[in-house]
Amino acid sequence: MEPASVRKHSLLSMIARNGGHGEHSPYFDGWKAYDRNPFHPTQNPDGVIQMGLAENQLSFDLIEEWIKNNPTASICTPDGVGKFKDVAIFQDYHGLPEFRQAIAKFMGRVRRGKATFDPDRIVMSGGATGASETLIFCLADRGDAFLVPSPYYPAFDRDLRWRTGVRLIPFACDSTNNFQVTLAQMESAYAKAIEANINVKGVILTNPSNPLGINLSKETLTSLLSFTFEKNLHMVCDEIYSATVFKSPAFTSIAEVMQETECNPDLVHIIYSLSKDMGLPGFRVGIIYSYNDQVVNCARKMSSFGLISSQSQHLLASMLSDEVFIEKFLEENSRRLGKRHSRVVEGLKQEGINCLEGNAGLFLWMDLRHLLKEPTPDAEMELWRVIIKDVKLNVSPGSSFHCPEPGFFRVCFANMDDHTVEVALQRIREFVSKGNKNGDDKKHWRKRDLRLSFTSRKCDESLISPRQIMSPHSPVPQSPLVRART
Amino acid sequence: MRLVVPLRGIVGGRGGLILGTFVPCALFCYLHIRRLRFLATRRVSERAEPIAKAEESPYYVGLGRVSQDPFDEVANPNGIIQLGLSENRLCLDLIEEWLSENLTGAMIGHGGDKRHLGIGGITGYQPHDGVTELKEAMAGFMSQVMGGEISFDPSRIVLTAGATPAIEILCYCLADPGDAFLVPTPYYPGFDRDMTWRTGVELIPVHCHSADNFILSIAALQQAFNQARKRGQRVQGILISNPSNPVGNLLPQKTLHDILDFARNKNIHIISDEIFAGSIHGNEEFFSLAKILDAENFDKSRAHILYGLSKDLSLAGFRVGVIYSYNDDVLAAAKKLTRFSSVSAPTQRLLISLLSDTSFIGRYLETNRKRIRKMYDIFVSGLKEIGVKYVDSSGGLYCWVDMSGLMHSHSVKEELELWDKLLNVAKVNATPGSACHSIEPGWFRCCFTTLSEGNIRIAIERIRKVAEMHKSSR
Repeated sequence: MEPASVRKHSLLSMIARNGGHGEHSPYFDGWKAYDRNPFHPTQNPDGVIQMGLAENQLSFDLIEEWIKNNPTASICTPDGVGKFKDVAIFQDYHGLPEFRQAIAKFMGRVRRGKATFDPDRIVMSGGATGASETLIFCLADRGDAFLVPSPYYPAFDRDLRWRTGVRLIPFACDSTNNFQVTLAQMESAYAKAIEANINVKGVILTNPSNPLGINLSKETLTSLLSFTFEKNLHMVCDEIYSATVFKSPAFTSIAEVMQETECNPDLVHIIYSLSKDMGLPGFRVGIIYSYNDQVVNCARKMSSFGLISSQSQHLLASMLSDEVFIEKFLEENSRRLGKRHSRVVEGLKQEGINCLEGNAGLFLWMDLRHLLKEPTPDAEMELWRVIIKDVKLNVSPGSSFHCPEPGFFRVCFANMDDHTVEVALQRIREFVSKGNKNGDDKKHWRKRDLRLSFTSRKCDESLISPRQIMSPHSPVPQSPLVRART
Repeated sequence: MRLVVPLRGIVGGRGGLILGTFVPCALFCYLHIRRLRFLATRRVSERAEPIAKAEESPYYVGLGRVSQDPFDEVANPNGIIQLGLSENRLCLDLIEEWLSENLTGAMIGHGGDKRHLGIGGITGYQPHDGVTELKEAMAGFMSQVMGGEISFDPSRIVLTAGATPAIEILCYCLADPGDAFLVPTPYYPGFDRDMTWRTGVELIPVHCHSADNFILSIAALQQAFNQARKRGQRVQGILISNPSNPVGNLLPQKTLHDILDFARNKNIHIISDEIFAGSIHGNEEFFSLAKILDAENFDKSRAHILYGLSKDLSLAGFRVGVIYSYNDDVLAAAKKLTRFSSVSAPTQRLLISLLSDTSFIGRYLETNRKRIRKMYDIFVSGLKEIGVKYVDSSGGLYCWVDMSGLMHSHSVKEELELWDKLLNVAKVNATPGSACHSIEPGWFRCCFTTLSEGNIRIAIERIRKVAEMHKSSR
């Protein structure tokens, strides 16, 4: 707690002064290591490979081809420039009607027609980041809390809490049942929170899960929805990975479950985005879909703080309405994700490394418990530092996702090409075999100096693959900008 | 808790203790709890409730009415003419022409480094506060807008999805809930929402008067500051808009010096919203805060400039705002907050090309100023013809018009009645001064840059009819 004198004389707000942005966390060491020494196949083959960025780059050629073949969708082409004036001046926070219709249709298509969406409930926001923050502003006041199953996406701590002042109460899922969320766990967490006099406003589920890469089953969703209905809690479902499912079981959306279970629609809300499913994080397309009219109304007004560029709305309205293309894209995208997932899982398995049986997402949940000195968070951090320093892979330690069980790591696989995947697998192979060769001194690396020290080598922009630039996790100031000043 | 129901049973003396008291009590409690549960499920958070409520400010009501019944010369000649939205449609043709000539296939890797111009460079995550090349292009553009006399440092630029999040982010960085900003009146109605809705910050109006040509007086600033202090409220800064919205005047150099001195003495921030800097159509010299700070030896650590492309470049839909801060800590904090409000990547890519074409931008800015002036001249000469006064201004896309002559008395009530008459009878949407916190009733902001010359004349004619109605009703 700051002394009153600090606040009295401070030129900056508390938000600007406090660490609510989370970037002082040691977990960003991995990002820093990558930013200082990024892998490049020819120019820096010994650099750190980025496996901590959940970006879908596997299907962007399909998008690129579509744009080439549909010049009217872009206002930057002779065919499309006629729309420029109308698009440029359009700032209505309802969004372009054709954009809302296209998004609604696309969301329905991703759910294989099992649910339909009303374009008038589509509210825009600045990426999923903006969408989730805005929704929380609408649903909860300072000090209110949401239950969240862990492991969960680390940036929720920042996005959902920093400016809103809302609390997150994690309840742990663990390997004993393959990290499945159960009703019993949620009930227990809720009871504990109520006992501690915490005002629980709702529950946040990420489905498919980040970092686990698995769906929630229909039965589980149904029971959780019933529970929230019974306790009068909001049910917020982050479904931004809904089209990244590449294997059964098929994705079940809360929108589908609502139709078959007694619930209060005013309590159900979906967060969506095109950043993962379509691989377009740069477009900043975040969507709030709420079944509560007041929330829609309020969120829509707040969307002024993060409207989607009308230029992007216009382009995406065309693209998402092209049903033939979307059908092909969704199928091919799933296929490529599945293929990549299999390759990485297989490669790891050959080295005796298992992963949680995943069927969705842009990552896998790798089990390295057998490599830990002891089953503690410190041992996990130690292992992680070795992976970054010696194996030169930036993977994300489970503790950054609030995973209660040490030894798990999230490995992203969709943000690189095939060659880079093979390099990464090769490095793991070498690391594991080095460990095996040393017999009794099996985990000799554990005794080495594991402090990370960074060279003063500057990050040359030409070494950065244009596909591996920034992520919502990286706190490092854009190095080219720093360079421009010196 | 209402005691009427249970008490009735007792007072009425009917049914005895059980039927007269207990049963009604139980029924009442059951219904009350059900109602609470109903309310709890339906309502949004407490802080969101006022936002969810229907917008009452005439500024928003008027905009809403126009969208339901918009004037169109051909399709809807009896619709409402929009004078309430400060948008500029006069020079979009120039940008359209530039696009046709310059950006064929820019989205898909035409020319140069394919990765750079092609879609591969724009689909992925970008720095939240904007890519370096756009910051550099924006710095150059802002410099051109301000007459080429000041240079802006790209590393002091934070790009946001429009000026709306820019000002909110700045408030989040500079003030805590309950803190206040001093804002000279009349001011842009949107500030009330953008700066206070979620931040918990308050705005303290500092009234300016027609006698001073609506220029801020330091004495008024001092008084407002002292009163806030007496209330125990922490004032964190002053927000000025220059060129001013809704009046359209430019702050004199001396006034800016005085404001800077005041801010330094009180150790508070100064935010200068200069979003109309490229829309200066008169001959008066414009002093950007940047110009003053460049030239004089003022402490810069509390100075911040807001900018955006919605007005000067008419690109309101593209959502591009700028925070320009001289304070490194504020910059660092603001950059982190842009994660919620970043500029869309394809738009960044397009703008890098557009803003870097400095010779086109030079021609554009000059033509834009001329065209705004032309419309201004037509509008004010129309006002003169019908005997309506206005403030002679040099900047902005609007005119600050004195319609008190069309009112029976100088009151906000009369002003709102006149607004209603203009909107619903004359079918003209102008923004009443009370929505802008003007202390003098009767002033209206009329924007004229969304209309053709012919439509301006139609608008004037409609206002004339109201003036005549008023004369004959006296």
